[in-house]
Amino acid sequence: MNTAAAKKAVVKDDAMNLQKEMIAENYHQLARAHQEGKKISATFVPGNLNELLMCFDFVRRLPETDALQNGMRKKSGKMIMDAERDGHSEDVCTYVKSDLGMMLQGEVGPTGEAMPHPDVLLLSYTGCFTFMKWFELVRQKYGCETLMLHVPYQGDGRINPAMRDYVVNQLKDKIIPALERISGVKFDIDRLRSYMRESQKAEEDLVRVLQSAKQRPSPIDGYFGGVYYIGPIFTAFRGTPEATRFYATLRAEIEERVRQGKGPVTPEGEMAEEKYRLVVEGPPNWTSFRDFWKMFYDEGAVVVASTYAKVGGVYDFGFRHDAERPLESLAEYCLGCYTNLNFPQRIDMICKYIDEYQADGLLINSIKSCNSFSAGQLLILREVEKRTGKPAAFIESDLVDPRYFSAANIKNRLESYFQMIKQKRAAAVH
Amino acid sequence: MKTFIGIDLGSTTTKAVVIDERHNVLGRGITNSRSNYDTAAAIAKQEALVAARFHLFRQALGASGALNGALEGFLGQLERDFRLEQFLEQLTDLEQVCERNAASVPEVVAALRTLFGLLKNEAPELFAPGAKRKSDFFRDIAGSRYLALGEQVAKEAGIRYDQLLNAFDRSIIEVENRVYGESTSRHLLAALDRTFKVLPETQKLSTKIRAPIQGVLDTALEETYVVGTGYGRARLPFSKEHIRSEILCHGLGAHVMYPNTATVLDIGGQDTKAIQVDKHGIVESFQMNDRCAAGCGRYLGYIADEMNMGLHELGPLAMKATKTVRINSTCTVFAGAELRDRLALGEKREDIMAGLHRAIILRAMSILARSGGIRNEFTFTGGVAKNEAAVKSLVSLVRENYGEVTLNINPDSIYTGALGGATFAWRAVMEEGKTAEARA
Repeated sequence: MNTAAAKKAVVKDDAMNLQKEMIAENYHQLARAHQEGKKISATFVPGNLNELLMCFDFVRRLPETDALQNGMRKKSGKMIMDAERDGHSEDVCTYVKSDLGMMLQGEVGPTGEAMPHPDVLLLSYTGCFTFMKWFELVRQKYGCETLMLHVPYQGDGRINPAMRDYVVNQLKDKIIPALERISGVKFDIDRLRSYMRESQKAEEDLVRVLQSAKQRPSPIDGYFGGVYYIGPIFTAFRGTPEATRFYATLRAEIEERVRQGKGPVTPEGEMAEEKYRLVVEGPPNWTSFRDFWKMFYDEGAVVVASTYAKVGGVYDFGFRHDAERPLESLAEYCLGCYTNLNFPQRIDMICKYIDEYQADGLLINSIKSCNSFSAGQLLILREVEKRTGKPAAFIESDLVDPRYFSAANIKNRLESYFQMIKQKRAAAVH
Repeated sequence: MKTFIGIDLGSTTTKAVVIDERHNVLGRGITNSRSNYDTAAAIAKQEALVAARFHLFRQALGASGALNGALEGFLGQLERDFRLEQFLEQLTDLEQVCERNAASVPEVVAALRTLFGLLKNEAPELFAPGAKRKSDFFRDIAGSRYLALGEQVAKEAGIRYDQLLNAFDRSIIEVENRVYGESTSRHLLAALDRTFKVLPETQKLSTKIRAPIQGVLDTALEETYVVGTGYGRARLPFSKEHIRSEILCHGLGAHVMYPNTATVLDIGGQDTKAIQVDKHGIVESFQMNDRCAAGCGRYLGYIADEMNMGLHELGPLAMKATKTVRINSTCTVFAGAELRDRLALGEKREDIMAGLHRAIILRAMSILARSGGIRNEFTFTGGVAKNEAAVKSLVSLVRENYGEVTLNINPDSIYTGALGGATFAWRAVMEEGKTAEARA
């Protein structure tokens, strides 16, 4: 087989293909939105109020997803350089620069279709300060309306009623009236409830899928495969019947894999032997996503749980959108976002994963240009090591800047880490 | 006899260690990594096997009592003569390749003959007792003498100096990448004749000396199991089972050298590793420099080039410092700029050197802190551990930050990774009952 043919023969399961179609369809809708008289909203993944935006008929755009899609399509490098030429420093979040670069290049989206500018920027502030600066830049460029929902940080590691009420009041008094005004659509709480019922079903199935990794062998990779699984529900589809169908299909597919005792599907086929089970903190690198993944599956390493697969909603500890308490549950959703958790909560979550998923250890992929979430990761690492007694390792790369992925170095560290786990295991037997 | 070999393919040098069934180190070998890992691995291994032979000579001759008291002097001479024999063969080889590459210009060929005549004549001086060499690698020794003598030869032959340089540049890689595996015994026997001439008092013992040496030469050194590590490990011609990460090898190697080792710092050519090991030498955690190789051994190499000095000369120069000039940048290129800036300000070279060494160690301290700090005992390995000025900075910074800690530095610390590899090879066979897999 020649390399071109080998490249084409990437193996994906059915749900992965379905997911790709859904995302592509959303880009298609965005491209046509203004011609069809529809309005476009932009909002970020963590704390996104998708069901609410749907109540006003917005076509939904998620700028980080655009950046990661451009990263996976190897388009982000040029965009970042364009943004730097426009005056943004090397240290700025590369999602931001990729997005600004995309606009500078003439507002063409990752799929090659037009990417019209948004009519409203809805910032649901869940811990990332950069998001705020990002929308400021976009607002300056397009002069579009900007709404900010302020979500208090879980500094004490819990949500108290005052925090929830504070968010609910903003939704009632500020966000909903503004969205009505911008869209020209009257808010209908029953419509919101009906979307939330869909969300709940999909969330239930997603949790089952992600928790299937507790099996040995794990039928999924909860990080590299996980990013395909979270795609629809973390973006424009949460609350839609398509998402509900997608997650039902996915769940059935995964449950079948469990019944057959199968391991995860990788781009080169099914993984033969599960040798290492890892928990990963931090997003993957998108520009070398496939190479990065290969470094794991070539060595028989499966990620059984990742914090990244919770970035658009932490559902596995019981939270569900609740149609009976629509605004309150939207508030709780935002407050409970992974990015809004404090360090002890993040550490607890990781330790719990290591225990419940019987993982061999923790790997942190620290993002060079992410000042908000990379800070403190070494402390997380030490604390998790101390509490679980499991080895941890630390690598560094970036989201969508191809200049910050040093394959040889990362591979070297990963191989060392896997061998370290193996050696420790052998020592434990003696 | 069975031997277990570890090969550490570093970015600058490639090291090999040979151990026997009782876990004794028989020999160590080192060579420059060139840009050809296959050759580097073959040569380092061969060098280690040669050293193993010498080790066995020492044992056999010691047991025979033939040299009674003169053993070390005899073996020292024999080794120098052996190196000379090796050097001469490579020099002859280089001469032939140079002549072939310059064949179209008869004047250059003639000049090459003169030049190589001179090189061969002076070769014994290079390997005389107490002779100092900037490096032990053929490329460096032959290259520096070729450059030194070539200028005069070119002048006298009426050709341009760069015509000679060009012949060398075109030929050295080919010669350097040859492995003279089969010549070891021949070189040893020829060296023995030389040694008898130099040490005439041993001549009368020649039969008593030759017998045990021949006995050692007749004993085949079986390469029972080989484990490779280091950056070039993926290039090693053996299966994955024979390859270990250098983190594990350094951790284990340091443990073998000093069984109480808890923390290991390794500063190599392109990376710095801080490793925590348990009491069995098993790695518990590690940190390495990421994204940037600032503050690694290569930094010193670059500075040496900037200063037009040999790498080995930097440490001794820095030791002459009376104060430490502050160098903030660990970025190799920026440090070069700082170096020139301080020189322009009239700072002394040795004081600047002291600052540069401290800068490297400061960077290592931060990686150590990341890995969980320094615990007792602390073992420093890698090429930079040979540098006394780096060690001096490390000692004072460790005391400042962690108090009194036992610091271990083995004179053979550059071989730590290879020793760890050899120990893995030994364990694979002796403890796990593995047999060597087919090597491509």
